[in-house]
Amino acid sequence: MRVAVIRYPGSNCDQDALHAIRDDMHLQADYVWHEDRSLSGFDAVFIPGGFTYGDYLRCGAIAARAPIMAEVQRFADEGRPVIGACNGFQILCEAGILPGALMRNERQKFLCKDVYLKADNRTSIWTEGVDRVVRIPIAHGEGRYIADDETIEKMEDREQIAFRYVDPSGNRVDESNSNGSIHAIAGVVNEKGNVLGLMPHPERATHSKVGGTDGLLILNALNLVGSNL
Amino acid sequence: MTTVRVFVTLKPALLDSAGRTVAGSLQKLGFSEVEDVRIGKMIELNVDSFDETRVREMCEKLLANPVIEEYRIEVAR
Repeated sequence: MRVAVIRYPGSNCDQDALHAIRDDMHLQADYVWHEDRSLSGFDAVFIPGGFTYGDYLRCGAIAARAPIMAEVQRFADEGRPVIGACNGFQILCEAGILPGALMRNERQKFLCKDVYLKADNRTSIWTEGVDRVVRIPIAHGEGRYIADDETIEKMEDREQIAFRYVDPSGNRVDESNSNGSIHAIAGVVNEKGNVLGLMPHPERATHSKVGGTDGLLILNALNLVGSNL
Repeated sequence: MTTVRVFVTLKPALLDSAGRTVAGSLQKLGFSEVEDVRIGKMIELNVDSFDETRVREMCEKLLANPVIEEYRIEVAR
């Protein structure tokens, strides 16, 4: 398993992602520049967080049109694992690889804290290992997930809601949904379940010395798939 | 050269949290007549020739996100 960590101008969680995959998960990972046009030799993609292009126009809008995105789309279509965290989630939505959009937090504030997540289903590679409530950090100003009712209904039917914000006991309460996302949605997957976008940062929770290891339950999908694609 | 203005606004049904904050501030300043504020973007393009189809394509491909936004095109006279 070799993971491509895509770098754009303004990515700032790229080193965290590379470190988590290499040093905490003991998998291969390398950076890929957004202007590259090939992901040959890679098995999975991690689109890291940050403020690509200074969040100009809309968060992730310009990065979503980068040359490398045609390859990310190919990975998505071929069923290979793709994960986008925070700005990476915004980029995947802007690219149309995932449904919906991320808007300014309901109460305007930039939120930087730990949140609790519950997997809504266990049918995706990204959720099958998440058998309990997990604690993962968030750091975003525009993480309020939105999609129209019809889209949400379809996503519910197809088990595309991956994670929701909950309290430490796993209950969905308004206070846990701090950015005001529709139906407390924290992360979603594509129809095939191989592409995950989420606002929390699993790559920041992969070692007991830096805020816990719950992120590994999500990132373990990279281990499940192996290189047999 | 023609100047084209593209106005991008959030769909009316969506909460504009920035607009709501500005409305609250205006009300605190005594502008009690303000009921609601919506904030959008105005993107000014200078093009060597104006073709509405092309500008629409720009809006669909990049300038607006159809999931959350609407747009309107205006040609400066």
